Amino acid sequence: MGTVNTMNYLFAAYTAIWIILAVYLFSIRAREKKLREELDNLRQLIERQPANRR
Amino acid sequence: MDQPKYKHLDAILGGLLLVGMILALYMAFIGAPRERTMGDLQRIFYFHVPSGMMGLAAFAVNFFASLMYLIKKDRKWDSLALSATEVGLMFLTIVLVTGPIWAKPAWFVWWTWSPRLTSSLVLWILYLAYMLVRNYVPDPDRRAVMSAVFGIVAFVDAPIVFFSIRWWRDNHPSAMIETGDLDPLMRPAFYTCIAVFLILLVYLMRRRYFLESARLEAERLERLVDLAR
Repeated sequence: MGTVNTMNYLFAAYTAIWIILAVYLFSIRAREKKLREELDNLRQLIERQPANRR
Repeated sequence: MDQPKYKHLDAILGGLLLVGMILALYMAFIGAPRERTMGDLQRIFYFHVPSGMMGLAAFAVNFFASLMYLIKKDRKWDSLALSATEVGLMFLTIVLVTGPIWAKPAWFVWWTWSPRLTSSLVLWILYLAYMLVRNYVPDPDRRAVMSAVFGIVAFVDAPIVFFSIRWWRDNHPSAMIETGDLDPLMRPAFYTCIAVFLILLVYLMRRRYFLESARLEAERLERLVDLAR
């Protein structure tokens, strides 16, 4: 097993781990942001409705 | 998502995770000795194995939460089951990507249909199917029941993954902690990585759980808005 060659595989494995983790964290963050906006809009809609229609 | 009373816990977990990851990387690359046969390539082990362990732990949480949902019919158990599955899938994806990268220089093939590798791939497909099934059932109660049953059935494969290297001959290395094959000098790095990945599992599951809780709240508010129209 050549050292240089195996170092490439080691680098590839750890790069893949960080990419998968980062993509997942960003996906959670993006969904949180979208949902926060959606919740704000819905709360505003409810507040604007007359009390007797709620 | 917005859980003010747990903000401190999130900050503590986030801080622990940051320090822990730096420590885990230090232990894996500098603290642990170079392995005699594989050399530095073996350092994949320190993140590959804990990822597999956390994946199985997450699916065990799904199994427990699915059972609890069927007993209690409380949506919070369904949310926990979903969160655990998504995070478990992420960990298993790391295992299934780093495994072949390690296998190629060690076994001279990217993939072999050995019991451990095959059962792990089947487990990944089963929980991916779990996530897809959820998207195709519009009724929330029916979706939760179907998912719970699916989650319980899918978990049958988890013990097969765990015991495969104990039951059958496999290219995959044996359970080195049990057999005592792991060099004592490598153990501190391995245990550190397990501890850090456990924090990562809890951190991600909490975030995903609060996200699902917020989604349920949005669904509830949407119904209120529709009723008022």
